[in-house]
Amino acid sequence: MFRARPEVRPATVEVLVEGTPVLVPEGATAAAAVLLAGLPAIRETPVTGSPRLPLCQMGVCFDCLAEIDGIPNRQACMVTVVPGMRIARQHGAREALR
Amino acid sequence: MAPSHAGMQTRGSDVIVVGGGLVGAAIAHGLRGEGLDTVLLDEGDIAFRASRGNFGLVWVQSKGFGAPWYQRWTRGSAGEWPGLAADLAARTGIDTALQQPGGVHLCLSEQEFEDRGRRMAQMQVEAGNFGLEYRMIRRDELAEMLPGLGPSVVGASWSPYDGHASPLALLQALHRAFTEAGGAYVPNAKVTGGTAAPKDFRVETAAGTFAAPRIVLAAGLGNADLAPVFGLNTPVRPQRGQVLVTERARTVLPMPCTTIRQTGEGTIMLGDSMEEVGFDTRQSPPVMAQIAQRAALSFPWIAELNIVRAWSALRVMAPDGLPIYDQSERFPGAFTANCHSGVTLAGAHARLLAPMIARGALDPALDPFSAKRFDVPRAA
Amino acid sequence: MSDFDLAVIGAGPAGMAAAVEARLQGLIVLVVDENAAPGGQVFRAAEACAPDPAVGPDIMPGLPLIAAFRGCGADYRAATTLWHLDPEEGVLSLAAAGTTETVTARRVLLATGAQERPVPIPGWTLPGVMGAGAAQILLKTAGAVPVGPTVLAGQGPLVWLLAVQLARAGVAPLVLETRTVSIAAALAKAGGGLVAGRGLLAKGLSLMAEARRRGVRVIRGVRGLRAEGANRVERVAWEGGSAPCDTLLLHEGVIPSTHVSRAIGLDHAWDADQACWRPVADDFGATSSARVAVAGDGAGIGGWQAAAAAGRLAALDAARRLGALSEDSFAREIAAPLAARRAALALRPFLDALYAPPNAVLTPPDETIACRCEEVTAGAIRRAAALGATGPNQLKAYLRCGMGPCQGRVCAPTVAALIAEVRGLAPQEVPPLRPRAPYKPVTVGMLAASAESLQQSAP
Ligand SMILES: Cc1cc2nc3c(=O)[nH]c(=O)nc-3n(C[C@H](O)[C@@H](O)[C@H](O)COP(=O)(O)OP(=O)(O)OC[C@H]3O[C@@H](n4cnc5c(N)ncnc54)[C@H](O)[C@@H]3O)c2cc1C
Ligand SMILES: Cc1cc2nc3c(=O)[nH]c(=O)nc-3n(C[C@H](O)[C@H](O)[C@H](O)COP(=O)(O)OP(=O)(O)OC[C@H]3O[C@@H](n4cnc5c(N)ncnc54)[C@H](O)[C@@H]3O)c2cc1C
Ligand code: FES
Repeated sequence: MFRARPEVRPATVEVLVEGTPVLVPEGATAAAAVLLAGLPAIRETPVTGSPRLPLCQMGVCFDCLAEIDGIPNRQACMVTVVPGMRIARQHGAREALR
Repeated sequence: MAPSHAGMQTRGSDVIVVGGGLVGAAIAHGLRGEGLDTVLLDEGDIAFRASRGNFGLVWVQSKGFGAPWYQRWTRGSAGEWPGLAADLAARTGIDTALQQPGGVHLCLSEQEFEDRGRRMAQMQVEAGNFGLEYRMIRRDELAEMLPGLGPSVVGASWSPYDGHASPLALLQALHRAFTEAGGAYVPNAKVTGGTAAPKDFRVETAAGTFAAPRIVLAAGLGNADLAPVFGLNTPVRPQRGQVLVTERARTVLPMPCTTIRQTGEGTIMLGDSMEEVGFDTRQSPPVMAQIAQRAALSFPWIAELNIVRAWSALRVMAPDGLPIYDQSERFPGAFTANCHSGVTLAGAHARLLAPMIARGALDPALDPFSAKRFDVPRAA
Repeated sequence: MSDFDLAVIGAGPAGMAAAVEARLQGLIVLVVDENAAPGGQVFRAAEACAPDPAVGPDIMPGLPLIAAFRGCGADYRAATTLWHLDPEEGVLSLAAAGTTETVTARRVLLATGAQERPVPIPGWTLPGVMGAGAAQILLKTAGAVPVGPTVLAGQGPLVWLLAVQLARAGVAPLVLETRTVSIAAALAKAGGGLVAGRGLLAKGLSLMAEARRRGVRVIRGVRGLRAEGANRVERVAWEGGSAPCDTLLLHEGVIPSTHVSRAIGLDHAWDADQACWRPVADDFGATSSARVAVAGDGAGIGGWQAAAAAGRLAALDAARRLGALSEDSFAREIAAPLAARRAALALRPFLDALYAPPNAVLTPPDETIACRCEEVTAGAIRRAAALGATGPNQLKAYLRCGMGPCQGRVCAPTVAALIAEVRGLAPQEVPPLRPRAPYKPVTVGMLAASAESLQQSAP
């Protein structure tokens, strides 16, 4: 789990992580928001369903795939938060036809 | 395991198969099953290898327009496939993900639909007593069969024979089954030269010299250069095909289409172009864009999916697009095998063709596939 | 007519310095970077985090370069990825905000930087295990720090830097150092640069001193590292010890990001000192492609100062090749950046020798997952290599390693090293994985839309 340090980086942007409002600093990524929210996993792999959290935070590993604003399988570490952003866990493979 | 280069003695066996792609591996697996001591020679990690870049259809409906013997051979192979898949699963534990639920060819305009209908009707006539079961299906009925069909689709041809499999699982399973049954798979062994005498063949490779009374050339595009050494003719050329693959999605497509199929893993494959560009395996974004466009017109929901992989690979094409199977007249015991549907025909190659090669003679049914068909003198 | 004289991929020190220099020489310059702000890895989010006392001191040196870059007049496109490059035609396919676009450039500079070397240890897929660089990125972009017992395991300069940065933020980690090479051995192998590199060396030593002062505990000589826990990491264990752990940060140095340079088929050479592939390039970054140059850590690890110097050199070379700079002026202009790069690289041989990755990191034990996307173990890879996969391209066909979303960025070094081990080959005898476009995912719809615009623009 991670915590912000409001004394140096005020948490001013409200996003919804799995429906719960979370305040995060400006410039944080969606992946950071998931860690700050304390989720146990950001996704479960489509191969065996094992839980994962972001590994690299720099767009290399793709272990941060999440559903952002309704779009599945986005690299959460490459998406900067904006107010009201909805971030949800990715459970296995995405639904294609919804 | 790589053979030791020390000493470099000649390695003898009953038969040498040149080329470890799907064609060579299927034949080698079949020959080993016939009890022959078989050596399978292949290039290394980097090679023109259609078997690593194909679309994975076990496809029947459109094969053999104007050549009903090819339709029969293809359908025979589709029929052999379940046995091959079961055999490979039992020997290796590898699931080749074979599914044969029938398949459709989507038509995106009335013109395409009419052309397709005429073609299928003509093939049915050509099939004669052998028959060809198919239906031209209009959009409304098709929409019941395929979820999320796009408004641009006017209809499709359907046949019950079609299916798909994992070509990579097939390749690995063939290699593994062959090796575990005692066959010798030798990578990094590009054949660079050879000598031929009736029932006495020798080939040179970086991994040593190999000799056998029988040899099968199944080196894909490499056959064009190898064949003349053994008194054979395989005028094959490369034809580029590009394929896009999406991320995994929960299963939605119940059957394969000619250019769109959902794999066992859930990824959706979109294919495949036909480009005459020689030995050029670069990718071209405009062609990729066309493939994507056709897919999105066929199934609009596919547009939302990420493309996680894409590639281009070279098909192994004969001038008339049909397979070439031959035994050398000058050097009996030398065979050649080439095709541009190595997944579809894997069943036939492993279970029909290999036994013929083991017996030393190709069935007369394969006569039309001889390269002699290209010898017809051209009108000036 | 090309849209740009020079297209630069990456707005780290190398790309920024190249853009500034190329603009000085009058070139029309494009810079794309998939991040939201310039700075690259070292100066990531620098403008936002400079006031943070935990990272500010280390970030400050980058601010002048970022300011110069922002003001240089290059067409800078943030949050934009390069997903295909045709080096022959000079056509770049870019993706941003859900659309794709193509631009043309007379010369292309890949300044794509480095990534952390994968550290496959048993249990490293458990939530709570991440790269040390990843934790640093969280600190730089969000000011965030781990909660609960934090263990930093591995070796290299970044371990010490991050230990200090976390300690400054009030969460001193336990450091498990995995270094196997003694200082004496590293000096014997590559001691020559210590004098010229004394500035950097002094900085490193002062970091270590600061770490100790701030209460960072260090255990040295750690072997057989493993992450343990049910659904997340709860403990880290090693030969002869274990410690409770909520966050395990792994680091065994960085390696060049060669995804694009390999995909476009540039010649690469094995760098035995850094145990990685790097594109073959001359002093100015020119490669085996007539159009494409490389600069910065993507061309071989040298650190940010060397990267910035290399970026300038590549820009000067571009200006010369495009006729904007005479040979005489070129010869004059390169002197300073050549000297700067030499100075910045002086300590490198010593660092490379000292922090050489141990074998267990390159070729992990059988039960370890090597390919995180497709969940393939090192043992399965060893078996496939024995069956006949002589390289990662054939192995990918057998086992799907490299076919998941990361396209082999994480597993490729491990796969190649395992093949070399099983087949008794030297690392350079196993060819590198050849990635294909799209280098980063684009949607089918984005591509389909680009087909429509292509058709509309056709005469
Ligand atoms: C995680 C991490 C943390 C590091 N932290 C430090 C540190 O604190 N201090 C230090 O001295 N060194 C650090 N380094 C070392 C680093 O490599 C520096 O030496 C320096 O950043 C190298 O500069 P560069 O310009 O070569 O590349 P980088 O700074 O890495 O810049 C490369 C840029 O290219 C972009 N890029 C890559 N591919 C594409 C693409 N296809 N499309 C668009 N953009 C692309 C990336 O987004 C990135 O911004 C770190 C390295 C890593 C991997
Ligand atoms: C884009 C695309 C899509 C396709 N889709 C389908 C499909 O859906 N269904 C289907 O059935 N088929 C499909 N195919 C065709 C199928 O992939 C080929 O028919 C099949 O792979 C050919 O197998 P091969 O073994 O003859 O050739 P390759 O796979 O090319 O193998 C030839 C082998 O010979 C080796 N070799 C070459 N020269 C030498 C030498 N001198 N010495 C030793 N070894 C040598 C090569 O290294 C290689 O391993 C597709 C092909 C492409 C390109
Ligand atoms: S955390 Fe690795 S790609 Fe996002």
